[in-house]
Amino acid sequence: MANATLDLDFDKAAAKSISRRDNAAGSPTSKQPGRIATKTAAIDQSQTISFTWEGDKLAAHPGDTLASALLANGVRLTSRSFKYHRPRGVMSAGVEEGGAIVTVGEGARKTPNTNAATCEMFDGLVAHGQNAWPSLRHDIGSVNNFASPFFGAGFYYKTFFSVSPFGSKGTKQWMWYETLIRKAAGMGRMSREPDPDHYETAHAFCDVLVVGSGPAGLEAARVAAEAGLDVILAEQDFALGGGLLSETRSIEGAAAAGWRSAKLAALTAAGVRIMDRTTVFGLYDGGVAGLVQRVSDHISAPDPDSIRQRVWTVRSEHTVLATGAVERTIAFGDNDRPGVMTAGAARTYLNRFGVMAGRKVVVATTNDSGRVAAADFAAAGAEVTLLDARESVGAAPDGVAQRLGFAPLRSLGGFGVKGVEIARDTATGWRREDELDCDLLAVSGGWSPVVNLLSHRGVKPVWSDEHAAFLPGETAEPIHCAGAATGLMDLDASAASGRNAAATILGRPTEPLEEAPTHVEEVYEVRVPDRKLKSFVDPQHDVTTKDIRQAHQEGYVSVEHLKRYTTLGMANDQGRNGNVIGLALMAEARGIDIPDVGTTTFRPPFTPVSIGALAGQARGAHFRPLRRSPMDAWNLGEGATMTDAGLWRRPWFYPQKTEDGVEDIDAAYIREATVVRETVGLCDVTSLGKIAVQGPDAAEFLNRVYTNGFAKLAVGRARYGVMLREDGLAMDDGTVWRMAEHDYFMTTTTAGAGQVMSWLELLLETRWQDLRVAVTSVSERWAGMAVAGPHARNVLKSVVTDIDFEDESFPFMGVREGTLGGALCRVARISFSGEFAYEIYVESDHGAAMAAALWDAAKPLGGVLYGTEALGALRIEKGHVTHSEIDGRTTIEDIGLGKMASTKKSYVGSALKDRATLRDVNRPQLVGLKPTDTDDVFKAGAILRREGNMRGHGLGWVSSVTHSPALGHWIGLGLLEGGVERWEGRTIVADDPARGKLTKVTVISPHMFDLEGARLKPEMDPPTGVELPAAPLALPQRSALGTLWPVQDMPAVRGRAELDDVEDPNPQTGDAAAWVVECAPKPLWQATAWPDRKSVVEDALLEAAGADAAPKPGRLAIGEDDIKILRVAPLVWWVEGLAEDDQYAVSQLSAEDGSSLELSHGFTKLLIGGSRAAELLNRFLPLDLRDERFPVGSVATSGMHHAPVTLARETATSYALWLPRSYAKSLWEMLVDAARRMG
Amino acid sequence: MGRYSAWEIIKQGLTGNKGWERAWRDPEPKARYDAIVVGGGGHGLATAYYLAKEHGIRNVAVLEKGWLGGGNAGRNTTIVRSNYMIPGNTEFYEFSLKIWENLSQDLNYNVMMSQRGQIVLFHSPAGRDAAARRLNIMRLNGIDGELLDREQVMKMVPHLDYSENARFHILGAAYQPRAGTARHDAVNWGFARAADQLGVDIIQNCEVTGFLHDATGAAIGVQTTRGEIRAGKIGVAVAGHSNRVAQMAGVGRLPIEAHALQAFVSEAVKPHLDYVIAFGGIGHFYISQSDKGGMVYGGDLDMYNNYAQRGMLPVVHDVHECVMQVMPSLGRARLLRSWGGIMDMSMDGSPIIDKSPVEGLYLNCGWCYGGFKATPASGFCFAHLIAKDEPHPAGAGLRLDRFRHGAMIDEKGAGATAWHH
Amino acid sequence: MLRIPCPYCGVRDQSEFDYGGDATVNYPALDASEQEWFEAVYLRDDPKGPHTELWRHARGCRMWIIVERNTVTHEITGARPANPAHAEVLKRDFELETT
Repeated sequence: MANATLDLDFDKAAAKSISRRDNAAGSPTSKQPGRIATKTAAIDQSQTISFTWEGDKLAAHPGDTLASALLANGVRLTSRSFKYHRPRGVMSAGVEEGGAIVTVGEGARKTPNTNAATCEMFDGLVAHGQNAWPSLRHDIGSVNNFASPFFGAGFYYKTFFSVSPFGSKGTKQWMWYETLIRKAAGMGRMSREPDPDHYETAHAFCDVLVVGSGPAGLEAARVAAEAGLDVILAEQDFALGGGLLSETRSIEGAAAAGWRSAKLAALTAAGVRIMDRTTVFGLYDGGVAGLVQRVSDHISAPDPDSIRQRVWTVRSEHTVLATGAVERTIAFGDNDRPGVMTAGAARTYLNRFGVMAGRKVVVATTNDSGRVAAADFAAAGAEVTLLDARESVGAAPDGVAQRLGFAPLRSLGGFGVKGVEIARDTATGWRREDELDCDLLAVSGGWSPVVNLLSHRGVKPVWSDEHAAFLPGETAEPIHCAGAATGLMDLDASAASGRNAAATILGRPTEPLEEAPTHVEEVYEVRVPDRKLKSFVDPQHDVTTKDIRQAHQEGYVSVEHLKRYTTLGMANDQGRNGNVIGLALMAEARGIDIPDVGTTTFRPPFTPVSIGALAGQARGAHFRPLRRSPMDAWNLGEGATMTDAGLWRRPWFYPQKTEDGVEDIDAAYIREATVVRETVGLCDVTSLGKIAVQGPDAAEFLNRVYTNGFAKLAVGRARYGVMLREDGLAMDDGTVWRMAEHDYFMTTTTAGAGQVMSWLELLLETRWQDLRVAVTSVSERWAGMAVAGPHARNVLKSVVTDIDFEDESFPFMGVREGTLGGALCRVARISFSGEFAYEIYVESDHGAAMAAALWDAAKPLGGVLYGTEALGALRIEKGHVTHSEIDGRTTIEDIGLGKMASTKKSYVGSALKDRATLRDVNRPQLVGLKPTDTDDVFKAGAILRREGNMRGHGLGWVSSVTHSPALGHWIGLGLLEGGVERWEGRTIVADDPARGKLTKVTVISPHMFDLEGARLKPEMDPPTGVELPAAPLALPQRSALGTLWPVQDMPAVRGRAELDDVEDPNPQTGDAAAWVVECAPKPLWQATAWPDRKSVVEDALLEAAGADAAPKPGRLAIGEDDIKILRVAPLVWWVEGLAEDDQYAVSQLSAEDGSSLELSHGFTKLLIGGSRAAELLNRFLPLDLRDERFPVGSVATSGMHHAPVTLARETATSYALWLPRSYAKSLWEMLVDAARRMG
Repeated sequence: MGRYSAWEIIKQGLTGNKGWERAWRDPEPKARYDAIVVGGGGHGLATAYYLAKEHGIRNVAVLEKGWLGGGNAGRNTTIVRSNYMIPGNTEFYEFSLKIWENLSQDLNYNVMMSQRGQIVLFHSPAGRDAAARRLNIMRLNGIDGELLDREQVMKMVPHLDYSENARFHILGAAYQPRAGTARHDAVNWGFARAADQLGVDIIQNCEVTGFLHDATGAAIGVQTTRGEIRAGKIGVAVAGHSNRVAQMAGVGRLPIEAHALQAFVSEAVKPHLDYVIAFGGIGHFYISQSDKGGMVYGGDLDMYNNYAQRGMLPVVHDVHECVMQVMPSLGRARLLRSWGGIMDMSMDGSPIIDKSPVEGLYLNCGWCYGGFKATPASGFCFAHLIAKDEPHPAGAGLRLDRFRHGAMIDEKGAGATAWHH
Repeated sequence: MLRIPCPYCGVRDQSEFDYGGDATVNYPALDASEQEWFEAVYLRDDPKGPHTELWRHARGCRMWIIVERNTVTHEITGARPANPAHAEVLKRDFELETT
């Protein structure tokens, strides 16, 4: 067959055959000029599939890569280069590819910069070349090639900035050129559509992670697994075997193919988890590896619901790097011409894919591997000339013409190689000798072990003259290199080194490695005097040998400067092709050795990773979890427009229908605020932080963290308090309710909840360890409603019948407990709005029902539901501050609460709050503001300043504004130098240039409404004739997922596939791979012991639960009636399922022993099961759930998508998962999605 | 010394590019200098340049332990802006931006200052008011800034996620047209070359291992891996290692911690984003596209003391979640490289340019994320301080003793927790 | 990624923890002087190498722990509860397990 194609221009042939096919109505013929029959199993030539290249339909076979298919079809020109737009083709057969970088896919799925050499072929694949216009063959950009003398390294640093065509200075000229340069640069073009595909992240744990499935990887994995270790084998290729797939030589006396399949069988038998199409993209600290698995990129029509790629975080005790080596080319003239590729690549296309990249082949080598390629091509019937740079080597392989001491000087041809000028190595350097015809120039300049992953660990590679390559350096971490990655070129030795890696891990003796030493001639560049050649070092970034020498000439000699100045090694291949040559040329120029030039650090990722994959499931609506109040659905039902408050969603306002449409926000909140002051309003305040502070020393503790006194707060009373940071600035404010002698209920702002909670824990655990105080977040347990307005008492009276609301028994700042429709409730008479008001809390599952009951009572009284906007209006009228004023830069004096800073005691922040600048009388301080012309409007964020022109920061700023229904005009709060004292009654301006507004404002007291606080205690009876509903007898209980308890003939668990049919009582557990169901609620109690009272508390719990042994750390104990005791912290237990009368024992723990509280309603409990339950959990939870690490009865709290969740393994295949109630719906949706994908 | 210009490029191009000279010399350190600057990053080089140019102090050495720009100067996300709100910062960063606007001409080196504009998104009404306050202060200080509503942002960058499905909806943005990006390496090399041409000795691979003091305790020189070097004045600009060097020099502990910040760059693609986009609040994120075509982006710190120039996976995931939240069209673009830099995180998130308690020793530190955009002004003000022993007005607020007196410059209001700024 | 050995929960991912900073800072009494508090709140050794630091197992047992970590290599050589009383409790727990 060779004679038929002696000097065939592959591209022209392809063009012809393509046009023929076009006439044949686009149906691809299976004729592939480059394809020959292959013996290997890697390609299934019995099946023909089709793909589209540059609009032409071509044939391929399963097992092809895009590159092998293109070569088979005689397509050699695949794209244009980055800078000079030179024709480029396939240069390699792996991740090091520097030429065939193409665009795959169409529309929103268009994926630019895809490496054709690793892109798995599938039926219907569509691909295009890149960086060419109008076409690959006729590319305007190629003019750059002729201007290249002016486009040398760093040319852009030297021009484009002085005399501008517009005569302008500064940055204008550069920005004009920049637009041109940006258009010319870049490679492929991204779609602007959102990526329609799904991605996932997942967690895995193992004893040994083996990277690479060549001889070394296979043996390392086999030996480790057969010794009982838990092994994951990751292979980036879609076929396992690495170099074996291209091998014609035997390994350990067997044919490569047979040896490979035998080993693979052994791996499967030994239970190795094999992950193909999976790249280990990074090694991180703590034995953690990042892997990306291409799940459906190779599937013609993937299920739209399926995952495209999945990123794994794998933690392993040991890591074996059997990552192989990549072959280097040599720098010679036009070494980037299509048809020039590495010898190993040509051999891979021939042996693995049955693709003959040329029929008249010149192989140029500096080492033995090129000789093998030459032999394989000769055996396949090609006419082969072998140029070996070495003078003394063995006889030529059969059928190969050998020329010793020769190397290529320049490739000849147009869009494809047609010949090569060759040079001879002489005492005076290279001398041009001859010219040869060829259609393939296969080059081996030596091999570079893949040391990238080790480099991620900060291990510098070590230069070896013998190998003429960088070898892996030493590391103290449990990372073991094997095979070609250590410089071994011999197959048997590689396999043995893999076994040795496993032996080292197992503490077994290793076997000696025998490898016949082979000489590598160090040839990095071939050039002759007075010949201008364009020799590429980094083809992808068009870095030439000239650029390297120029960088040296200009003093950019350190490796990093060389890299940054020339962009050497900064392309997608991360310098796999060019780095060594670049270093060699710099070493030559500097007259030092290669290792003394150094080597650049390889950084993650090993190969480029899709951004979408790294984001995983946390996308769109699930970017962050959404925290919902128990009244969320109810609020929406009442027509609320919601707003974000941190992770929470809160009612913003409740627009009403009016004759001319629907209210806007201003109309709505003004109406809401007005009605609150006239009759009564209800506002969902569930998102406020709620913390139980318990213990004998709780009073002392509170007295230290608040600026005001808390030692004498009486039981049944509440108090407002301010906390400072220890730097003396205001941190948060809230109220504390004393429920019992040793039991306080603290509320914080929504924004401050998390910070305050962990701050209190920090103080107790690291500083005041002598205090016997337990702090527990109960934010999730209670649903809260503010009831404000003259009729507040009438509303509460009608729904809560067992609390006496009269002033004398329930005064302002009083706290009472009672029941609402049989549900426990807590009520405090406190006011944020300045109105006669209460806050009422019920257990969360009753929240929606409480809201409905309160609303039923409020409606007939002319009441209203109000959102955060009206809440803001009411508090601004009263001069109450929030985080708009407590912005982390203000002192307690600044925000007008100086009188709350005790002078009789020390407290957190008291020492630093009096620093000179913080006491400066000129500091901005809280003031009230109103437009001098009361018809005027001003906005938050405006700057307060004197009238007239000014430059600078002014006198202060406006922190909050609202239209005041009570006062009938706009008002605001602000912070102003000198405060009310200096400015009261004076007029300044609120300057808002960003919104084009300048408003004269008059400074007034921040207490702008009801200064004397008369409205806190008005008497107002229900208007005559108003029929208030009877108090509800029972409150239905609705879960965070919307389930109404008790479900008719309720099963122990119930579940559903979809979120909408919430009432379906049938558990859909079936025999699904993974299922998720919601559990019926059970009473949940928490007990905390003081360190020296652990056993006392344990005994009380065992007594109550009827269990016999207290659970050890991370375990649970099961008592009578499936009562569970979970140890969740060293001195904290949960007791689940206690009957009413058994709860007493827990609830009445002596304060001397510890504290206890109920957490029921705080969590949504799920049951997760199925054969793949653990896998489902590990999509989110970074927990090691392997049987020996997390046996039945284990308990662990971990993080799921930013939320703390608690997991207990109940049976071999089922787990209980407690989700914080407000997060539950969000997390449930993610779990159900993931479960559905698993089936 | 040859000047760079289009003509020079053509001339050299026609003569085989043989005539290019070294960008800067590689001198042996002298025994004594009038002033030495410890740290061959952007700030150190700029300081040396302005000492020579503005103050005629040319007997100056820059001592760099490794290669020029090997610290944060060479590993940042290249954003330049002046949208600061707190007195002390506002004027300083605007002063810097003004220098940036003519820096290429001044250095005769194209630093590729691209004033493409920065768009800082907000997602809530409170975010809008905060943006307005910042913009108002900028405007009242003569700095450009505009409040954009949702529709205006949509017009400028149509392919952000404006869908209902987004977890946080884009309500608008604060826009600074004069903000943008510059080429970080070019800034370092440009200052190095310009300083060298004024006679400054730039000495690489010269690590300071100790300080020399006289009887009064004043600093009079340094010990280095290349011998003892004496100097009248010593400026320290070693962000990332400030606390180490300050303690070595007898200054004592600083209100600074070292934390790693990761940065990311994607494969090069054709123009996909013409502005710098950023957002704060929930998550912290910024992204722009380099002239080469790579998307350059980053987010929050790896929040723990860190001297390793590498980060960890959790932040990698977090940052890429932010990419997808803002620009879901990038899902198929690929992360090409990631790296870490060591931030000099101060206790209020703002920098320090001040005399140290040690006579003759001057501090330039605490740059947090802000170092790159500050480079020219930092060098200018630091040179002024070293030359005149009094602060330059533009940098007068960046005092070391402000923490002691409670005059923090806290843009975020995060308080004395270094890693929360 | 840091893998932090929580004395109660065992080795867990860094993502479950919140950082608490230098654990060697000696916080003075609430009534101590402004200068003492200034030094405690603002000044840091910021060592390059071994660092004794606070972490809270926020998405775990919530315990504040003291971790010995190298700030250059990230090697973690020890972790204990910040509250010695907790350490005592766990010591007894794990003695129980071994006996």
